[in-house]
Amino acid sequence: MTKFLPLSQAVAENLHDGDTVAFEGFTHLIPTAAAHEAIRQGFKELTLVRMTPDLIYDQMIGMGMAKKVVFSYAGNPGVGLLRRLRDAVENGFPHAIEVEEHSHAAMANAYEAGAAGLPCAIFRGYRGAELARVNPNIKSVICPFTGEVLAAVPSVRPDVTFIHAQKANRKGDVLIEGIIGIQKEAVLAAKRAVVTVEEVVEDFDGLHPNLTILPSWTVTAISVVPGGAHPSYTHGYYIRDNASYLEWDKIAADRDRFREWMQKNVMEKTAGDFSGRVEHLRNAA
Amino acid sequence: MSEASTKLGFTPNEMMTIAASRALGNDDVCFVGIGAPSAACNVARLTHAPDVTLIYESGTIGTAPDVLPLSIGDGELCDTAVTTVSVPEMFRYWLQGGRISIGFLGAAQIDRFGNINTTVIGDYAHPKTRLPGGGGAPEIATSSKEIYITMAQSKRGMVEKIDFFTSFGHGEGGDHRQRLGIGTKGPTLLITDLATWKPDPVTKEFTVVSLHPGVSREQVQETCGWTVKFADRLEVTPAPTELELSTLRALQARTKAAHEGTANGKAA
Repeated sequence: MTKFLPLSQAVAENLHDGDTVAFEGFTHLIPTAAAHEAIRQGFKELTLVRMTPDLIYDQMIGMGMAKKVVFSYAGNPGVGLLRRLRDAVENGFPHAIEVEEHSHAAMANAYEAGAAGLPCAIFRGYRGAELARVNPNIKSVICPFTGEVLAAVPSVRPDVTFIHAQKANRKGDVLIEGIIGIQKEAVLAAKRAVVTVEEVVEDFDGLHPNLTILPSWTVTAISVVPGGAHPSYTHGYYIRDNASYLEWDKIAADRDRFREWMQKNVMEKTAGDFSGRVEHLRNAA
Repeated sequence: MSEASTKLGFTPNEMMTIAASRALGNDDVCFVGIGAPSAACNVARLTHAPDVTLIYESGTIGTAPDVLPLSIGDGELCDTAVTTVSVPEMFRYWLQGGRISIGFLGAAQIDRFGNINTTVIGDYAHPKTRLPGGGGAPEIATSSKEIYITMAQSKRGMVEKIDFFTSFGHGEGGDHRQRLGIGTKGPTLLITDLATWKPDPVTKEFTVVSLHPGVSREQVQETCGWTVKFADRLEVTPAPTELELSTLRALQARTKAAHEGTANGKAA
């Protein structure tokens, strides 16, 4: 059964040096507060898994926490490139990282296979795509019924997955709505799961019966962090801070400016600071 | 705005977006790439194809955004969608399941056969420039019934040989797709800021079939890294109509206001 914990404790109890960890969120509901807490606690040698490693993985890589990154689109969505990730891949700064690169279809299938308890995912993909040449984890199988050649990739089974969600009820069931991305699969594929939520409500009575809900017994810990997805958004609570994504491009372009920004906005802050960052974004949601 | 565009009353980029928008019809189910394709698809929806189904890879199906999303997962896309599904469902049931008629892609680098690179410039292991990567494109390129591509012309973007095959177009040309067991048509249309291109029926090499108004053959060649083939009957793309131009400009103005409107004013 899940525990309600302060974020610092939830992160300390569930993330360890050397872990394979997924901080998932497909543009929406990105668990930024959890990632910043992990950065403050200074974990090392992490294998970072995510379909779309945007600002938070750029920050973790720039802070030297990553051994390896597994991904399918390493961009600042709608803005351009991830400059800290680029510095690590192109120049080995602050140190070199291993890269395991897939397509979205492969990653989505791999998470689903992880949630389904399967060793690998099978799908129709990578035809003519050169990733199959450079990534040894992309292989193929032959359908025993039709003879069709299909792509196969290992399932994703994180040690721990972090996600952000709209709300939990008192029992610790978690509700996600809007663009739900890959979060349900990422939680069910992982050994442990930590969820930050905007708020806790008494119960989910009277809501639509088919909402996406993770029962409390699938979640290891829940932390209440209003604004915890900023500069991403939480559908129904606050809108995406597009200006911050544009600004990140400049911050991450310079090693010194990046360190200064991280010191001031992450290292010297707490999870409690997120609420104030979304105040001006709430009315439009 | 360049001198040429002032004279014509529209920019090459506006012409590109509008020409691309005309390729979509009401019956199309279009998987929309971010950037230039997104603008074109929404202009189509706001002008001649109000019933076109636009799908973004974040899981939003039948979306009708009032402003262009900055990312493929902006809340606007979900708010205006017929339904929103999970990402694995999007790629498994809807794309792999064969529900997409048009995959609309942009490109960092393209070759004459419509093969696309959005992964690296230079060697993969030691890249000169690490680009974001394929995202959904490798499977969009092979599972959509056909592919439209839109990008501004440049010698850096339109190259003799791409550095990395992110998304397969026609490969080496001819029947290369069939030889790899790919049953879909692949790239059937390329719309740039200067011209409209279609693949040769046999060789599959992209050939200019229509020049945008005021554009010369020389301009197309000067901004392309391979020797350009032109169709025997070369047409001129109809200029943007008043409705097309005003729709595109209003959409871009709304988009600019919306994205700047979230400016934090302090460190985020």
